[in-house]
Amino acid sequence: MRFRAKIVDLGCLNHFTRVSSTISKLAKTCTLRLSPHKLYFILSDKVANGGVSMWCELAQGNFFDEFQMEGVSADYNEIYLELMPENLSRALKTAQNAKTVKIKLTNKHCPCLTVAVELPSLSSSSRIVTHDIPVGVIPRKLWTDFREPVLPEFDVVEANLKGDMNLKIQTDLVCITTHFKHLANPSWALEDISQDRDLEAMVEARIDIKKLLQFLAGQQVNTTKVLCNIVQNRIVHFILLHDEVSLQYFIPALS
Amino acid sequence: MRSRDEGEQRRPAVFSRDTRRGVDYCHVALSTAKIVLGKAAHSLSRIGDELYLEPLEDGLSLRTVNTSRSAFACFLFAPLFFQHYQAARPPQRQPPRCKVLMKSFLAVFRSLAALEKTVERCCITLSPESNRLVVQLHCKHGVTKTYNLSFQECESLQAIFDPAECPHLLRAQARVLVEAVSPFSPALSEVTLGVSRGRRVVFRSYLEDDTDAARAMMTEMSLSEDEFQQLQAQEGASITFCLKEFRGLLSFAESANLSLNIHFDVPGRPAIFTIEDSLLDGHFVLATLAEPQAGQEPGQGPHSTTHQDDFANDDIDSYMIAMETTVGEGVAEGPRTPSPVSEEEEAESNVIPGTPPLKKFRSLFFGSVLAPMEPPSEPNPVLAEDSEGEG
Repeated sequence: MRFRAKIVDLGCLNHFTRVSSTISKLAKTCTLRLSPHKLYFILSDKVANGGVSMWCELAQGNFFDEFQMEGVSADYNEIYLELMPENLSRALKTAQNAKTVKIKLTNKHCPCLTVAVELPSLSSSSRIVTHDIPVGVIPRKLWTDFREPVLPEFDVVEANLKGDMNLKIQTDLVCITTHFKHLANPSWALEDISQDRDLEAMVEARIDIKKLLQFLAGQQVNTTKVLCNIVQNRIVHFILLHDEVSLQYFIPALS
Repeated sequence: MRSRDEGEQRRPAVFSRDTRRGVDYCHVALSTAKIVLGKAAHSLSRIGDELYLEPLEDGLSLRTVNTSRSAFACFLFAPLFFQHYQAARPPQRQPPRCKVLMKSFLAVFRSLAALEKTVERCCITLSPESNRLVVQLHCKHGVTKTYNLSFQECESLQAIFDPAECPHLLRAQARVLVEAVSPFSPALSEVTLGVSRGRRVVFRSYLEDDTDAARAMMTEMSLSEDEFQQLQAQEGASITFCLKEFRGLLSFAESANLSLNIHFDVPGRPAIFTIEDSLLDGHFVLATLAEPQAGQEPGQGPHSTTHQDDFANDDIDSYMIAMETTVGEGVAEGPRTPSPVSEEEEAESNVIPGTPPLKKFRSLFFGSVLAPMEPPSEPNPVLAEDSEGEG
């Protein structure tokens, strides 16, 4: 297994730093999946995560000037690593004015993702900051735990197919509803709907507001589009879209 | 640090004569320098909970030590630093030494921004008769804030150290050092500083033994020798010390735009960090880890494939400065210097056996230096009996 990658463009570095910062706010530990053309940050929906799951996909060519990897085998040319995204985020934040950033898989006292930052200095010789981020290598037999989530049949809820969405909270003393109107329903959502479906009927799911907050508060990337899919009483699914990045986040409904 | 003798020869002019009679006090006033004093207070507060003040002929000395006695910090402000400086009245009388709660002193200077904008003058008066340290901030619009801090008379706080005894020296602009430690998390306790192959200066995060090494990220910053004004150390020399305490002096040095000297020796012996300019000097003495970095094999790092980072691995006993425990009976002859004090001089030990030293750091020994031929004028409270060191 080998992995080495290099970023020289400050804009790309900045963007990658913001993505990793977003991920670090959504998950304490997650899986980094490396394949020849893409990187993924994955949080699978285990009980320990409170049922939330996350799938973030990046095209490596949009960030890295050099990207070489060799997976576990020729047939399975991928690498799955478990890491704490907070470490990666902190490491990248030290690279603000870097000349280059190199990331590679190394074996120090344990398998590590080593981030080596070359910084400008007043002398002829650059400064070098090295971060060794301990990672866990996930064996191939566990890779099936990290499949891309299949989008369930969704109904649009407390949102409807007419572009209305209501966010509601309810306590013993008070009930507050925020109405969003004139939102767009993506055209593919309307394609498969049966004819007699009432477009104005609301579909709803109750979710833990803390998880919603965590998701919204963590956003660092300027997204072009946000999609929200709701399955009646089962799950709320957010998709954030930006040029080179898509981030999907699933929050299960409370029973 | 200047000796008293030198101070005598250089006694500055007193800017105003005070007409008060019969009140024994020390008085300093400053205007533009108040920020620097405030910053020094902030810097010292990173180390200890008690501030020892000693008005000397050389200037006003502010000192502190941490509870585990593994860090000592001292600033000396020359008389010319102040608009008005008077150590004692009458001058022949021993000026009082006192200590106040750091928290209380810092409260006066807490907001440096406010200090700059609204405070016009700051006056500090030590009144032994009323056991009060009075700090007056004369502010705009006729407002005067008076802080009465109660103090305790005490023995002088001294740390035994001598930069000249350290074979290694590293000197750099404070800014370079600030940038050098910026990649490290503010939560990081200890850092290892060393010279690696190729004469590069390396700072590396120190992971304590009980840290879950499997989870902790290791960070290293490597700089070229060229970035330092002076590097007098062989490859392989290294020490591990408390980064948080070091940052206290570093932020002060950076704000004053000074260079910082790091004098060090083998692991286990204290490292001495100094700054100076014409009006002040500062010394931070920090204990260093006696054993080489555990849990980290030497030779790791970006240069490990081509160089071996052969940090010092001397099997040397921890450095302990022996202190005689005899009460001063005029045992030393001649004038005493506040510091450095050589090992041959005997002094009464004033070691407070605080909490056990932080992990493997050894305590520095401290002693009081009694002026010759002068028994204590009043019974000083016994702070603690001296106990044998860890040996």
